[in-house]
Order: sequence, then structure tokens, then C-alpha cells
Amino acid sequence: MYKRNPLSAHQLKPLALLFAALTVSGSALAWQPERPVEFVVTSGAGGGTDTFARTVQSIIGKHKLMDKSIIVSNKGGGSGAEGYVYSASSQDDPYKLTFGTNNEYLLPEVGEMPYAADDLQPVAAMAMDEFLIWVNGDADYASAKDFIDAAKQNPGKMQFAGSQSKDTDQTLVSMIEEATGTDFRYVPFNGGSQALVQLAGGHVDANVNNPNENLGQWQAGMVKPLCVFSPEQLPKGEPVYQGKGWGDIPTCQSQGIDISEYRMPRTVWLPAGAHEEAVTYYQELLRKVSETPEWKDYTTRTVQTSRFLTGDELQQYIDDNAKSVKKVFEQEGWNAS
Amino acid sequence: MNNLSLLMDGFATILTWNHLLIMVIGVMLGMLVGVLPGLGAPNGVSLLLPLTFTMDPVSAIILLSCMYWGALFGGSTTSILFNIPGEPSSVATTFDGYPMARNGEATRALTLAFMSAGLGALAGVVMITLLASSVAQFGLKFSSPEYFAVYFLAFCSFIGMSSSAPSKTLVSMMLGLAFATVGMDSVSGGLRLTFDIPDLVKGISFLVAVMGLFGIAELMVTTEEGLSFNGIKSRIRVRDILRTMAELPRYWASLVRSILIGIWMGITPAGPTAASFMSHGIAKRFSRHPERFGKGEPNGIVSPEAADHSAGTSALLPMLALGVPGSATAAVMMGGLMIWGLTPGPMLFITRPDFVWGLVASMYLGNVVAVILVLSTVPLYASILRVPFAIIGPVIVAVIFTGVYQVANSTFDFWLLLFFALLGYLFKKLDYPVAPLVLTMVLGHRAEEAFRQSMVMSDGSVTVFWSNSLVSTIMGLGVLMLVWPLFSRMLGLRGWRRRLHRQKPQASKPATPDSRP
Repeated sequence: MYKRNPLSAHQLKPLALLFAALTVSGSALAWQPERPVEFVVTSGAGGGTDTFARTVQSIIGKHKLMDKSIIVSNKGGGSGAEGYVYSASSQDDPYKLTFGTNNEYLLPEVGEMPYAADDLQPVAAMAMDEFLIWVNGDADYASAKDFIDAAKQNPGKMQFAGSQSKDTDQTLVSMIEEATGTDFRYVPFNGGSQALVQLAGGHVDANVNNPNENLGQWQAGMVKPLCVFSPEQLPKGEPVYQGKGWGDIPTCQSQGIDISEYRMPRTVWLPAGAHEEAVTYYQELLRKVSETPEWKDYTTRTVQTSRFLTGDELQQYIDDNAKSVKKVFEQEGWNAS
Repeated sequence: MNNLSLLMDGFATILTWNHLLIMVIGVMLGMLVGVLPGLGAPNGVSLLLPLTFTMDPVSAIILLSCMYWGALFGGSTTSILFNIPGEPSSVATTFDGYPMARNGEATRALTLAFMSAGLGALAGVVMITLLASSVAQFGLKFSSPEYFAVYFLAFCSFIGMSSSAPSKTLVSMMLGLAFATVGMDSVSGGLRLTFDIPDLVKGISFLVAVMGLFGIAELMVTTEEGLSFNGIKSRIRVRDILRTMAELPRYWASLVRSILIGIWMGITPAGPTAASFMSHGIAKRFSRHPERFGKGEPNGIVSPEAADHSAGTSALLPMLALGVPGSATAAVMMGGLMIWGLTPGPMLFITRPDFVWGLVASMYLGNVVAVILVLSTVPLYASILRVPFAIIGPVIVAVIFTGVYQVANSTFDFWLLLFFALLGYLFKKLDYPVAPLVLTMVLGHRAEEAFRQSMVMSDGSVTVFWSNSLVSTIMGLGVLMLVWPLFSRMLGLRGWRRRLHRQKPQASKPATPDSRP
């Protein structure tokens, strides 16, 4: 069998696949990993993308969805660029499953990156993370309307803390400015948890963290959400603080901020050129993951919307998402080229 | 005293044979990870994470936290024996630990380091037990200006610490700052100094630099000097461990000061690295024999170790009480909490007291277990140095190269390693100090970020650095540290002290050289 020697199997893969396709009956999967698969995580350990990848890893392990073992490597340098460059440089390698967000195609837009967006091919999107406007728990604003009114009276004075520079957070803040005619000061920190501390300590006026990043502090009343950037209110759940839960948060659109939807997809990638059958294999694997109760648990707990996208549907989503964000980049003059 | 009864419940939770066994395994794995350069505590903990998916949260956190303690101790071992710091926070231990080991007192150096580290960690846990609820809020007072002030203070307490010319120290610091700027600039989002080399996008890893500057450069010098570790062939006796332990109370002043620095830096959370550098610098500043530092001064080992561990332990407090990681390892553990189905944050104390207090109790026991385990390995480690250099030298080189590859699975890092090895060798030959370069390389990036964030927040006005009492106090301390050498020289304080010293041996009986009045 060609399985015995992984190195030569790798080199002979196209040939081997051909034989496999000829000999194996149509019902069996044509491509199977023959050595451990590397999960390339484009964030540091403990970040949102890291939890995403490790949850997938734990589910695969628990339900024995894959024979080969998984190695998780965190490559979060340069806002995740490290991980994408790493995968992009190992062309057509089907053993580098890369976990990220929409920063895969947004990073090369704003900075001279040593990789291009199409050096990786999308495998699947598994969930959508929501964005909210958060203020300090003791702040006077009763609603997002109050907050925007205050901002209008103090143009250029009120501060938003965000994870990085020219990332999803700053893009959203620019969109809020555009939609409401306000002017905020954006301070980039290093990750959502720092943006949270700055808000809880009262050093900035607001942030646009994802639900999971602020959940623990909302429970204690250190921060409070004003509105959510989703088309409809989040599903009803357990009350979090003073009888209010995620489902009680009004949408930002209903508060007069005309942005109907702003979400961040949790995405999985392979190096471009990786064999189509490998892509199909991982799509099936991830689909099985997304159907487990543990996955449902994860998305409920982190208040994400589970949404499994592959193929054309995914490509369409990426194109739309990239287009809307690029519009902001152009307005702000962030484009690299 | 409610906390104490909760702690007792915590002890009740964890005192099972099962948990004790997990502790021992965790500490041993941690020591292994700490001793291997390049692996480090955060990596080690994330390697273990998959194993914990099927465990209950209490056992899982005991395993991970004990691994953390073990790794911290292991990191000090290689700093002392081979001049290779396994973690940024154990760099300061090399300054006096390695010279003492080279003088033939490896056992003493290791014992001093482990004992003061253990005491530092215990002090950190006691602080967590007593003050968990009230102190946690303090970390929230810190914003970018305060962070910058703390790094400024760390830099200042370090200036004038090396024996080289001030201009050489400055050159070294500036080079470190330059290396720290490589990679993505988080304030503007652009890439800097990457020269279109994809491998530089992630920046220069501190571990790669340190293994070249310290490890390989040291081996090159040793080889040049004739292929032997000088004076390290002394005999190793278990009695030396006990004797060193008895010697420890003599350094109480350094211990107390460093533990306080460490706890403060852990809570704020400026981190163990700044704490260990700062307390080494301050120990030298306050010492009556500053000239002995860098040559194997016991206070120079005790201070950074106690500060490192008390900061490392205290850094878990913001994680537990606020849901904010105080260190890289704490961040990994927080990721673990989420996967085990817990939400890190202030409510954890209320929703899962068994978990929180079980963890605190395991910190007491885990550190005691760790100190006992590492002390019992001292003779083993110290005897490594008796292996002929012709054998141990190549082994170290192999271990370093493996370690460098571990950092990011990148072969480009080998070239970086060689570059830093040459740089380190050059520095040694030209008598430039390496330590300031390492300090600014580790903290420079964060200091720059904090400075620029402050500038954005204040709309470009530097007055933000004395805008409230907290930040002005820290900045004031920093300036004081900076001008203190000038000031004391002006007043002739140094000379006066020296004169006082010269008289003392005649006045009192010739006691041990380090005894305090």
C-alpha cells in the first residue's frame, strides 16, 4: 500500500489519488489524511480564533471523526498574518487546515502583506460572531440613542477601544461614524481583552467587542451592551445581569444607527492548490462537527450564530463581505495599494 | 475571614490522591518544558490542553497550573547552568546565577533561586487568598499612560546597572528597541523593517534572540577559552543545599522588596519580566556592594527569582477576579476555561467557588510540591556541569537549535539565531552589555504601544503622563531612578558609603562577608 511511506506518498499523491479513485468504489471517500493534520490558528493562544479551533479539535477527538491526530499551532503574529503566510507558503499542502476570520482577505487590503488573499482557498465558514456597542456599567447612557446623542455633542472627544488597527473593530467604528454623522477617536489595543479592561476601568467610552469577549464582565455589571449589529434581536436565553439577557438587547438599526448587519465569520482555509478531494473531505468533517451537540453548546455559550457555509454559497458570502468592507477602506484611505 | 473558610473548602476539594498525583505529573512535565529552551510555559500549557478536554475542570486546572509552576522553575535552571534563559522573565537570573555557577557554586545558585522563587510564589498566593476581592479592582486603574510609566520605570531602574560605559549601554538599548520594531505595528497596522522577508512579519522572537545572544555566544567564548567550564568541577554535596537554605534569611531585605515589586507588577499587570529586571536593578541600587553584581552576588539571584514568581502567581488574580489574563500562560488557561464550559470573569467566584478555591488551594500545595521536587533534582542538574565540555557543548548546541525550531517551525529562525550569536560574541569582545538590549527588546514593543496609545487618547499631549496621582507617582519614581546615580555621586554618597565600609571590618569582628549590621 502507498500508505506506508508518508513522504513518498506525499510526492506521489496525484498518482496515488488516481489509483485510489480507480480502485475504490464511489461510495468511499477518496481522500483521507495519512499523517497528523496541523491546525494553523491565526491568533495567539486564548484568543477567539484559538477557542474556535480548539473546540473543533475537541469535538473531532470526542466523536472520533478522524483517524489521524491533530497538532494545533498558534501563529498569531502580525494580527494573524503570520499564520496565513505560513499556510500560503506551503502550497497545495492538504495538511495545513487554517483557522481564521474575515481577516484572511482583509489583511492584504490594508497592508503590504507577503501573501495574497487567493493564496488560500476557503473550506468552510462555521459560525458568525456578533458585534455590539458596549459602554461602562456605570455610564449614564440608557440606550444607544443617548450614546450617539452624546457623541454628537462632543465631536472627536469620545473614544472607542478596539482590538487592532484597521481591523473589523475600526471598520465598524468608521461605519457608525458614517451612518450617524459622529466623530469618534479610535484607540487600537492588543486584542479584545485589553479593549475590555480599558472600558471596564473607565479609560475609554465604548468598545465593539464580540459577545463572548465581554460576557463575564457583563455578568458582574462592569460593562453593559447598548445594541447589537444583527438584523433581528438575538435568541432569548438565560438572563445575564439584572434580569436582562442577550435577547433583550435592541438591534442598532432600531436605535437609529443604520447598519442592519455587521458580523464576523469564523472561517477555515487550506492552501490554494490543495486537492479538491481534500477540500471535500474537510468540508464533510467540519459539517459533522457542526452537527454535534457540543458545537451547539459552543455557539450558544459564546453567543454566535451557527451557520455552515461551503462552496459557492461561501464564495458569495466572502465576495459580498469583502466588497462592503473595502468600501469603508477606500473611504478612510486605508488601502495599501 | 470568609476567604479562609472558602480556602479550607478548596483544600478539601483537592486533597485526594488523584489530585496529588496530577500535581506531581504537572510539575514534572513543567520542569521538562522549562528546561528545554524554546518550549516555555505558554507552549507547554497549550500542548497539554487537549488532554484536559475529558477531565473535570478542577483536575484540569490543577494539571495546567502545576505545569506552569514547574516550567517557571525549570526556566531558572537553564539560566543558571548554561546562561540560556528559557523564559523572558528568567533573563535577569542569568546576570548573577550563571557567574555563581561558573565559580563552582552551581548547587548554591540553584538552591538560592528555587527557595526564593518558592517563597515569592507563596507570598503571591497568600496575597490572592487575603485580598482577592479588594486588590483585583486595582488593575482596572491602569490605562496606557500608566503602562508606559511602568515600563519607563523598569528601563530607568536598569540604567547605570551595567559596569560598561553609559554610552555603550545606550547603544545596546537602542539596538534592542530597533529589533523590537520589526514586524507589524499594532497602532498603524503597517509592517515595519521586514525587508519583504515573509518570516519577519511575525517579528523577531525574543527566544531566538536570547538563545543566540546568551546561549551560543557563551559557548563560542567558552570554546575560545579552551573548551572547559572553569571551576565548575567542584563536588556536589547534599549538605550544600541545606547550608544554602540556612543562608537565605540573610537576604530578607532583597526578598521582601522583590516580592512586593513582583506582587504589584503581577496585579497591574505589567508582568513578571518587567518585575524581575526591575528588582535586579533595584537590588543593585540599594546594595552596599553594587560592584559585586554580575559576578555571582547572591542578592542578584534572590531578587529576580522572588519577583518573577510572585509576579507570575499574582498574574493569576486578574484572570480569576476580572477575567483578564495577566500573562501569556494565563491567557492559554483562560482559553481552557472556556472549552471546559466555564466563563472566566468576576462571577466565577460566585458561580463556581469550588473551582476557584480549589485552584487557589492547589497553588499552595503545587508550589510546595514543586519546590521539593526541584530541590531534589539540584544534585542531578548540578552534576551535568561535570560532564566534559567536549560532550555537553555540542549537546547544548543541538538542544538550542531544536528549541529555536520549536518556537515557530521556521528554518529562517536558524539564520536569526546565528546572527544573534555573532552579535552576542561581538558584544562580549567589545565589552558592550547584552542585558539592556534584551530588556528593551522584550519591553520596547509594549512600551512603544502604550506610549502611542496614550498619545491617541490625549490628542498628542504629553501632559497625560502626569495627569493623575497614580501615573505621576510612577513617572516620578522613574525619573528619580534615572538621576539617582548622578545625584548620589554629586553628594559624594558613594564615597561616604565606601569609607564607612572600610572602617567596619576593623570595628566589628570579621564576620561572614554578606552579614548585615
